[in-house]
Amino acid sequence: MQNAGFIIASYTLTIGSVLLFAVVTLRRARESAKLVEDKHKPWI
Amino acid sequence: MSQTSTQTPQKVSNTGTQATRVIGALAILVTIWVVISGLVLTPADVVQGESVRIMYVHVPSAWIAYVAFIVTAITSAFYIFSKRHSLGFDRVAGASAEVGVIFMAITLITGSLWGRLTWGEFWQWDPRLTTTAFLFVTYVGYLAVRRLDGSIEQRAKRSGVIALLAVVEIPLVHFSVVFWRSLHQGATVLNPNGDVKMDDLMLFTLFSGVIGFTLVFIWLVLHRQRTMLLSDLVIERAIDNAILERQNEGVGR
Repeated sequence: MQNAGFIIASYTLTIGSVLLFAVVTLRRARESAKLVEDKHKPWI
Repeated sequence: MSQTSTQTPQKVSNTGTQATRVIGALAILVTIWVVISGLVLTPADVVQGESVRIMYVHVPSAWIAYVAFIVTAITSAFYIFSKRHSLGFDRVAGASAEVGVIFMAITLITGSLWGRLTWGEFWQWDPRLTTTAFLFVTYVGYLAVRRLDGSIEQRAKRSGVIALLAVVEIPLVHFSVVFWRSLHQGATVLNPNGDVKMDDLMLFTLFSGVIGFTLVFIWLVLHRQRTMLLSDLVIERAIDNAILERQNEGVGR
């Protein structure tokens, strides 16, 4: 594949950034969830 | 002698539900398909060659950024103009803007890599690129305003007004290729003639990317706005405790 470096960099950056944001969000959620009782979580 | 606890640890419920798990699984499956199809199965473009493969992540990212900022504006309007001023709308607005900024950054970087292959330059002060960069900076500013000192209601009001002003930039970005002479190509799929000149598999992969990234967006916003609700509750509780402590100090004197 021609220009493989640029193309693979685009895919890696896209998926990597979204994964990183997802991991940070889930980690924050886990930390905050410990401090709040389930009755205050309307999605449960 | 050490004592062993007979109490089982209490299970903490996080921000996930059955619905988010289904959306997350679907998003992963569709994204895997887009990567395989985009990198391996789809043909190279007659004019652009292999570099067209960047389109399958660049265009859906731009789409999600637009959608995210429009969701931010709509939910901000609901917060500002509704009688109840429900903070739930503000949290969705904030969560959506965060996800939008991530996807806008991805759009700018993947676009810059694609530009290097097509135009020979990473960056040009072209109308589409310049207005997109301006849109990105505006929403970074929006997120900065959300972090200013003040109550949760003040945060919602300030950022709500900015969201309603900032959304006006989106048509400017989208139609910049029509209004001004631009290096950036015009709309391939959403063109006014409805004449799509693209191979079937390329078009299907592009739409799969849009659907996959939309699912990712929904999943991220659901988790992020729930996390914001939890953080807001923790902050409110800390403020209540501080007030109570101060009152007790006053009574003790």
